[in-house]
Amino acid sequence: MSIAESVIRTIEDKGAGAFVESYDPAEQNMIINMGPVHPSTHGVLRLVLELSGETVLDCRPVIGYLHTGIEKECEDQTWRGAVTAVTRMDYLAPFHNEQAYSLAVEKLLGLEVPPRGKYIRTLMSELGRLSSHLVWFGTSGLDMGAMSAMFYGFRERELFLDFYEMVTGLRMNHGFNIPGGVWQDLPEGWEEVCDSIVSIMPGRIDDYESLLTENPIWLERTKGVGIMSTEDAVRFGATGPIGRAAGLDWDLRRDMPYEVYGELSFDVPVASEGDVYARYQVRMAEMRESVKLVRQVMEKMPEGDYKNMDPKIMPPPRSEMNRSMEAVIHHFKLVTQGYTVPAGDAYAAVESPRGELGAYIVSDGGTAPYRCHVRDPSFINLQSLASMAKGGLVADLIAVIASVDPVMGGVDR
Amino acid sequence: MSAILDFIGVGFIVALVKALVVFAALLLTTILVVWFERKVIADMQSRVGPSRWGPFGLLQTLADGIKLFFKEDFRPQGADKWAYALAPVLAMVPAILGFAVVPVGGVLGFGDTKVGLVGSDLNVGILYFLAMGSLNVYGIVLAGWASGSKYPLLGGIRSTAQLISYETSLGLSLVPIALVAGSLSTVQIVQAQAGTVGNVTFFDGIPILEQVSSLFKFIPNWFIWSQWPAFAIFFISGIAETNRAPFDLPEAESELVAGYHTEYSGIRFALFFLGEYVHVVLISAMAVTLFFGGWDGPIFPFLSWLWPLIWFTLKTIAFVYLFVWLRATMPRLRYDRLMWLGWKRLIPAALLWIMVTAVVNTAGIDRGVRLAVFGALFLLVLGFVIRGDPRQKTAVSPQRRVSSGTA
Repeated sequence: MSIAESVIRTIEDKGAGAFVESYDPAEQNMIINMGPVHPSTHGVLRLVLELSGETVLDCRPVIGYLHTGIEKECEDQTWRGAVTAVTRMDYLAPFHNEQAYSLAVEKLLGLEVPPRGKYIRTLMSELGRLSSHLVWFGTSGLDMGAMSAMFYGFRERELFLDFYEMVTGLRMNHGFNIPGGVWQDLPEGWEEVCDSIVSIMPGRIDDYESLLTENPIWLERTKGVGIMSTEDAVRFGATGPIGRAAGLDWDLRRDMPYEVYGELSFDVPVASEGDVYARYQVRMAEMRESVKLVRQVMEKMPEGDYKNMDPKIMPPPRSEMNRSMEAVIHHFKLVTQGYTVPAGDAYAAVESPRGELGAYIVSDGGTAPYRCHVRDPSFINLQSLASMAKGGLVADLIAVIASVDPVMGGVDR
Repeated sequence: MSAILDFIGVGFIVALVKALVVFAALLLTTILVVWFERKVIADMQSRVGPSRWGPFGLLQTLADGIKLFFKEDFRPQGADKWAYALAPVLAMVPAILGFAVVPVGGVLGFGDTKVGLVGSDLNVGILYFLAMGSLNVYGIVLAGWASGSKYPLLGGIRSTAQLISYETSLGLSLVPIALVAGSLSTVQIVQAQAGTVGNVTFFDGIPILEQVSSLFKFIPNWFIWSQWPAFAIFFISGIAETNRAPFDLPEAESELVAGYHTEYSGIRFALFFLGEYVHVVLISAMAVTLFFGGWDGPIFPFLSWLWPLIWFTLKTIAFVYLFVWLRATMPRLRYDRLMWLGWKRLIPAALLWIMVTAVVNTAGIDRGVRLAVFGALFLLVLGFVIRGDPRQKTAVSPQRRVSSGTA
């Protein structure tokens, strides 16, 4: 009896929610819980494994341990306020969450973002990709025993977090991209800090590569492990580095350009092997591309408004309110009630570090989202885990989890 | 008093004192080695490391030990009571016992009594060392089994396979040493490495090589020059024996939580911890003894009895550093690849090297040079074989499709 069958049966027997493992001693196989508290399940992912020796016969992810009802929470917020909720979903890519949500709301509103706002969003989005991949690099190194990788990755991530704090006031959960633009302009001296980051990073990425890329043990652990074919990638809806490592040549930034990606030039790394090593290579190449993108954005950063100044959407500047009655009225309306969004629905997607991160927004014409659904790439990608892990060893499973790079905040929402 | 002394014998008292001194020194060494590792690895990972207790955080390990000592003595419900209690002891005691045959210096004279700076100069010292290493397995296997839990069991299974496999290559790698030194006694092995390589006539008549080979007069006659393949095998197997990275599979944190000692806490865990670090020091000390001339080194006129100890300590520290360095650098091997390396590479290589040594050993005075040449060839072949794994041959680089940007 496979785990899937037994699980379905026990749930049927005991009612939904009563997830009980069944164990048949005659099977000679070990059923073991990996997680929700385990050093390498990246949060609170729980995997029910059926093992024969160390070979994984079956792997069933159980999710929901980090469920915080963020999507539902959005329905109680104003359109502007929901940004602070969605940013907490995929907590390693907060800018991308906000961006997808804001793009969807802007679609419904028919709202234009001024060029500077778009560039700032793109800048933060690419820096966010780098800082997220740094966490992936560190944790996957740690998972496979290369402990130093973890410290190097987090050391560099600290530079990014400092920059985020400088720009948004917070290290995580920024609430920075809002419908209509960004919350505030880039601060004085951002160029120097940003420039120091992008000039450090290429050398540091070289360092990472010299640590792992040709390390024989690393190659043995990753090559030919957790293979996903292109067809499987399409079938599972896997996007992002996992899909591209499997030969699925699909990157929203290039194929459905949003913000200013159409004006920037960059490569999309694609590999065909679909194993853990290919994902490693794709992510490493992506980090280099992101550095290039940040440089381009810095060069092209235009002057002007950083958010749409439509008084019906954006609170007026403080200076206006001292001399304009309309400004005071708008401010009062926006603070007490918020703005309304025309009834309808919209979907907007961005390329997050983990793949296609889309927000599906339904409005009933009120001041709060009627429904805010987020297509989180971690959630979609995670379902391919079992197919990649089956038949491998426990150590391979760890490598596969690390290479999928799931963020449980995004999975459970 | 002297009657009692006659009855039990001076030798007994000397042995007792030596045992106590070695034991105390080992515990102190462990504390220092843990601190050393944490400091070194912190430096490699751009961190500070322990810095709170004592100068440079030297007392951190002591503080940790005291904390562990006062923790609740917890035993899981499903655990086998006696085996569970026995396992940590079995993991630590053989590692400490192994030090009985490690010579840390020459002979000290107290009046008439001559005291060798070695726990016990057994004529089967190497065999004793191997035997103690094998006993170590029981601690880990019992811990894995007796915990009555699944992750420790997996760790126990892993370590059974790992330790037994690498025990073989470890033993085989020491055979050439015995062949060259003509003894199994660790003291005699060290004595066989005294002096310098000496006059080498092998290259006489060849212009440049003749000059170079005259330098051999200044090179210490350590076995490492002629026995480096054996050393490579010994050291790789030694790392596997100690369950250290990159062979730390039995306690692979990211896979098996903590492996065989998942269910252990408090002082029992401390014993495992202690055992591991004592084992690291033991393997380092044995590597020094067997391949790097033990206490051999220049002896200066003042405090002449101290210099051997200093040389021995310095060499051992160098090896402990190597252990730490590997841990900071290497990812962990996978279980099946570990077996592949042990059985299909190290053991055949060790057997082959025994053969080479046995053949060359019959040659005359230049055997050191000949072995060095053979060793270089052998390492090349070994490196080629290991790198020649078909799984590594296809290096891929991601293809790129360029975005239609304007820039």
